[in-house]
Order: sequence, then structure tokens, then C-alpha cells
Amino acid sequence: MALGLGCSAKPGRAKENRTGSWRTFRPEFLHEKCTKCGLCSLVCPEGCIGEDAEGQPVPDYDYCKGCGLCAEECPSQAIEMKKEEK
Amino acid sequence: MTGESCGLFEYGHRACGGCAAAMAARTILDAAGKDTIIVSATGCMEVFSTPYPDTAWKVPWIHSLFENNSAVASGIVASLKKQGRKEKVIALGGDGATFDIGILCLSGAFERGHDFVYICYDNEAYMNTGIQRSGATPYDASTTTSPAGKCSMGNRRPKKDLPMILAAHGAPYVATASVAYLPDLKKKVEKALATEGPCYLQVHAPCCTGWGFEGEKTMAIGKLAIETGLWVNYEMEDGKVTRVKKVVRKPVEVYLKEQRRFRHLFKPKPNETEIAKIQAVADRNAERFGIDIKLKK
Ligand SMILES: Cc1ncc(C[n+]2csc(CCOP(=O)(O)OP(=O)(O)O)c2C)c(N)n1
Ligand code: SF4
Ligand code: SF4
Ligand code: SF4
Ligand SMILES: [Mg+2]
Repeated sequence: MALGLGCSAKPGRAKENRTGSWRTFRPEFLHEKCTKCGLCSLVCPEGCIGEDAEGQPVPDYDYCKGCGLCAEECPSQAIEMKKEEK
Repeated sequence: MTGESCGLFEYGHRACGGCAAAMAARTILDAAGKDTIIVSATGCMEVFSTPYPDTAWKVPWIHSLFENNSAVASGIVASLKKQGRKEKVIALGGDGATFDIGILCLSGAFERGHDFVYICYDNEAYMNTGIQRSGATPYDASTTTSPAGKCSMGNRRPKKDLPMILAAHGAPYVATASVAYLPDLKKKVEKALATEGPCYLQVHAPCCTGWGFEGEKTMAIGKLAIETGLWVNYEMEDGKVTRVKKVVRKPVEVYLKEQRRFRHLFKPKPNETEIAKIQAVADRNAERFGIDIKLKK
């Protein structure tokens, strides 16, 4: 077997790893309180908060680890952390 | 829902929940854009983003050793120059990689004056191998190699002043930033990339696992470091401090008592002598950088 020089990986393949299974608490977004300031999606270490057609933040629960940073930093208390039920 | 993330740092990486290094990686790529080549030393950021065959990076990325991160970056810069290519090169390293193990090649690359940006995400210890002290660990922090106990108050030496060491190499732009202020971090990455020559950026990256706090508090802890004067956000151009973040300073206790690594300073009762020494570090920072906002009486 020939020894290759180093290894390479397909860009962004980490996405196949669904980190949402790590979660104990789940962020629930209260759209009526949200001012669409965008802070939650800026701070999320996973980068897994997108937005819907109205510009409301929507987390991707396949990847959200439930760290609670978005809820802690939201200036409008528009995110509540709820115990995950599986 | 499994949408495509819009960033160049893909989700699915294995950082702890609430990890500041992951926030830094996202922000750095956001600022740098797709025409960027990343060189990365070993450490949490490399390990959590690239367990083979997975990778979170959507730009060219190469893994160096600890020691030769800046040398690998130098080679890439020289090759791009020869080929007339315009990609930007960023070398990334943790504090252990930067302050200690890679400092020789880092110094060499800055001395030779390659056009690249070195970014250290500073979580103030060797986290990936289980919280060993580094040259960036602050005074009195308890780590597995500077454990607090009956005969010790934790890390005995002050944090090494690496930004000043690199500024002394004649670097045109040296700056510090924090994940607690992401738009500021983004601007500094952009500025460093736009500046010709070797630039250095040091990003405070609170580590919930290694420092002992809940992951949701990462930004709050980062803010307290700045508000107490224990971390100063500043920019240096051609060796002169040109911009500093000013604060209404809080006593250092408010920062220390939130973290397990400083817990021994408060048990069984506050150790006033040691806390005063840490307060003196903040006071010196305040004087040196002029960070105090004077409130009108
Ligand atoms: C030469 C060498 N020594 C030791 C190691 C083991 N090692 C891997 S990651 C790591 C810790 C790195 O610390 P730092 O650079 O601060 O990054 P962090 O993990 O804290 O993000 C160590 C010691 C190694 N890979 N290579
Ligand atoms: S941080 Fe809060 S208010 Fe701002 S967009 Fe997110 S949920 Fe809405
Ligand atoms: S809980 Fe953490 S991982 Fe989940 S959306 Fe909020 S910030 Fe992102
Ligand atoms: S140990 Fe610290 S730096 Fe490493 S992944 Fe966890 S939070 Fe991030
Ligand atoms: Mg480290």
C-alpha cells in the first residue's frame, strides 16, 4: 500500500454529525417577544440559528446543543430553555 | 430540518456547548471570506472541527504541528506570492500553541515579515489535553499542572505579554479582542487582513469546561474580564497603542468568583492578600492603557 502525503476531507462534511442529540435543554423562541435583532444567531457557537420568511429566528434542532447562550444573551427574553423530552 | 448553514464554518463540529473558540472560528471566517487559506496548530479548535474524515471548514485548511504553525503559513505565503495569487493566509493557534510551543517559528515568521495574520484564541491553558497551565494562564488560576491546594494558590507566574513581544518585532498591526464583542473581533480580523505584513490578533476565549462555568455564561464571563480590567481590548499600529476599550471598572472579585479555577481564593473565606495581587494586575492594566472612564461626581 502506498503511503499518501497527508489526508484530505470533503469541505463541511462535519454536517453529517448531528450534534442535536447532545441536548438536555431546548431553546424555545417566543416570536411575539422577538424584535428580530439577530443577536442570537450571531452568538450561537454552532451557527445553527437561521430565519424564516418573516425574519424570525429559527434554530436547527438537528444541530443545536442546547448550550443556552442564545437565551442568556437575548435582550428581549424571547428565548426560553425547556427540558428536552425525548 | 437540515438546511445548509450560510457560514463557511459548518455545523456538526464537536466543540463543547457554549464554546468561545467555535464562536471565534465562525466570526473569523465571516470576516475573511472564501478566498482564505487556514493553517491550524493542534488544540481544541483543530480537534473539534476536523476529526477525520469530517471537517467543519469550507475553505482550504491545513493542519500543522504545534511547533511549525507559522513556518507552514510562511511557506504558503511565499508560494502564493511566487504564483501571483491573492488568497489571504491566516494561522490559527491556541495559547499553548502560540505562547509556548510555537513561539520560535512565530517569531521567525514575524522577523521575516511575511504577509499573513496570526490569530491566537486564548483560553488560558492547554484545554484539549485536560487543562494544563500555559504561558497565558493568569496568576493564581488552578490547573492540573498548577493545582491549588494546601501548599499552592494555583499558577505562580503572571500571564506572558505576547502582543507586546510581537509588536516589538515591528509588526504593523497587533490587537486584542474578545468573543464577548463579536462585531469588534470581526472588524479587527478585517483590518489585520487588509494590513500588509505580519499581523497578530489575540482573542480572549472563555472556556466553560476548563475555567468551570456554565456554557451559557461564555459571553458574560468575557465581558466581566474586560469590565474588571483583567483583559484589555486594544489595537497597536506600528508599535503604538491607537485604540483602547474604556470601561467603568468593577472589582476583580466579580470575575473571579464566577469560575471554578479561582474558587480556592474564596474558601473557606476570601483570601484578601491573593485577591489584592490580582486587583493590582487590573490596576496596572488600567494605568498602562488608560481604560478607566471617570464618572462625574
Ligand atoms: C508537540 C506536541 N506536544 C503535545 C501535543 C498534545 N496536545 C494536543 S492538543 C494540546 C493542547 C493545546 O493547547 P492550546 O494550544 O492552548 O489549545 P487549546 O486546546 O487550549 O484550545 C496538546 C498539549 C501535541 N499534539 N504535540
Ligand atoms: S436575540 Fe432575541 S430578540 Fe434578538 S433576534 Fe434573537 S430571539 Fe429575537
Ligand atoms: S442553545 Fe446554544 S446551540 Fe442551541 S441555538 Fe441557542 S446558542 Fe445555538
Ligand atoms: S474545552 Fe473549552 S475550548 Fe475546548 S471545546 Fe470545550 S469549551 Fe471549547
Ligand atoms: Mg488553550
